[in-house]
Amino acid sequence: MASTALGRRRHEVPSALRGGRRRANLRALLYLSPWLVGFSVFFLYPLLSTVYFSFQRYDLFTLEPVGLLNYRYFLRDEAAWTAIRNTLWLVVVMVPLRVLFGLGVAQLITKIKAGAGVFRTIFYLPSLVPLVAGTLGFVYLLNPGTGPVQAILGAVGIDSPDWFGDPAWSKWGLTMLGLWSVGDLMVIFMAALLDVPKQLYEAAALDGANAWRQFVHITLPVIRPVLMFATVTGVIQTLQYFTQAMVAARVASGATDSAGSVFVPGYPDQSTLTFPEWLFHQGFRDFAMGYACVLALVLFAVSMVFTLILLRQFRGFAEEEA
Amino acid sequence: MTTTLARPPQVAARPAARAPRGRATLFWIAKHAVAIALSVMFLGPLVFIALTALMDDHQALTSQLWPHTWNWGNFADIFEKAPLLTWIRNTLLYSVLATVFMLVSSIPVAYALAKFRFPGRKLAFLLVITTMMLPPQVVAVPIYLIWARFHLTGTLWPLILPMLLGDAFSIFLLRQFLVTIPREYSDAARVDGCGEFRTLIRVILPMARPAIAAVALFQFFYCWNDYYGPLLYAGTDLDNWTLSLGLAAFRSVHRVQWNLTMAATILAMAPVIVVFFFAQKVFIEGVKLTGVK
Repeated sequence: MASTALGRRRHEVPSALRGGRRRANLRALLYLSPWLVGFSVFFLYPLLSTVYFSFQRYDLFTLEPVGLLNYRYFLRDEAAWTAIRNTLWLVVVMVPLRVLFGLGVAQLITKIKAGAGVFRTIFYLPSLVPLVAGTLGFVYLLNPGTGPVQAILGAVGIDSPDWFGDPAWSKWGLTMLGLWSVGDLMVIFMAALLDVPKQLYEAAALDGANAWRQFVHITLPVIRPVLMFATVTGVIQTLQYFTQAMVAARVASGATDSAGSVFVPGYPDQSTLTFPEWLFHQGFRDFAMGYACVLALVLFAVSMVFTLILLRQFRGFAEEEA
Repeated sequence: MTTTLARPPQVAARPAARAPRGRATLFWIAKHAVAIALSVMFLGPLVFIALTALMDDHQALTSQLWPHTWNWGNFADIFEKAPLLTWIRNTLLYSVLATVFMLVSSIPVAYALAKFRFPGRKLAFLLVITTMMLPPQVVAVPIYLIWARFHLTGTLWPLILPMLLGDAFSIFLLRQFLVTIPREYSDAARVDGCGEFRTLIRVILPMARPAIAAVALFQFFYCWNDYYGPLLYAGTDLDNWTLSLGLAAFRSVHRVQWNLTMAATILAMAPVIVVFFFAQKVFIEGVKLTGVK
């Protein structure tokens, strides 16, 4: 019944209206045109081009097809695998810690009555500090010789590690920096926590559920999608982790850019070398551009997996109408 | 009847309520104590950087907290040690042009994705999200080669010009906001004889001001803070550098003068922090738009 009505209506569309639809599509095309050009020139073409270059040896001057050589080299490029392990470490340790810490801080603020606004401002502020500036500050701050952290830990009888100078601690130093700038996650979690229906808590309180049980049985299930979303986007962001590692290694090593020498990221002892850093170094410092394209495709494949998870799990993200 | 019924429980509730109230006070104190401790941790690094920026260069090499002497001159010295004014000018040029270009190109795209019906609109939006999510390093090599062909590597233009062709994150954010504007508003404008473009300019844009302010601020500060982009394109000529690029290299140029490095750090942070205090709500609402509902 409904389908026939719909079918008839489609037949009855006057030609003027059909022309209107064509005009509407053209108008959409016009509005979208900046992005369509941008997408083709700065995404689609470069992506295909990356595949092409991955089969070439290219140093900006000579282009030579080498088949699978770059791919074979990747398998035994130890620095690349160190970079993958370091990036994985950040994904497995830093991302969950940031989500947990962000949730804790958000929960605390929603429970506070006096001064919640002031606390929110203070907790959010560090996430706005420029990455380079924040990283510089942390290298200085955590340096046992110059920072107060040694003095604080020393007061309770612990010897502070040489955070950004010790391969065993450098990634923890970066994690501290990540926790300090947790403000953006906190804001998202606060919005989610305030959206949990109050009646659920009231009903649970009547049933005698204490605060912890309310958190586990009401808060967590209701905000689970937001937590998942933050985790997946956190993973995707961490796959691009570059600036903090680069600046920390540079400043901690005291590297100078004298003529002829190129700074190799990862100090100390490749412990902060991330995958995007290695890609950057191969492509734009050693000008092994063909090989850098192999690394780029690896990064593309892994990021794409998480992007697809995001798009599948969070249909609401791309909702048609609110 | 009702009063007599209501009374006994009230009386009975009194003594029982007293114990929780005592505990509630304890909780109140505990929560605020934790919040204050956290505030110290969040603000501590900023305060410490500021104090170091005011020390003399010998004291900055110690772990002392409080400056012996207040060297306000450090903030003048950094301008002599490095071409900071040039770097600030370059950073401003990059941030302002990129933001203006982004707004001009991204608003119509976001509007079309939010309000027009056309075949492939869902796919287009999915592609916007995908390009937003994928690391910029994935397509860096061929894009670098494009700019090299136009002899624009060694300048900041490769970071500015693409903003004329829309920015995925801004399109996404604007679209998420525009979708929430009820269709009735644009319908009413159309009934009044407004064309689609006039509807966008006269009706939609004023309503979308909070979202536009948010993407503009995000874009401006993304550029202001950007390190990867300038590192890739600005080259070795100090005259083309940005503030973040110069800041990261500041210490290696002036070896151990931590006080000056921290003074330069404060200089880079200051605009962000000042703007934040004036436009806090814009930031917070903008961040909320990036999440799922």
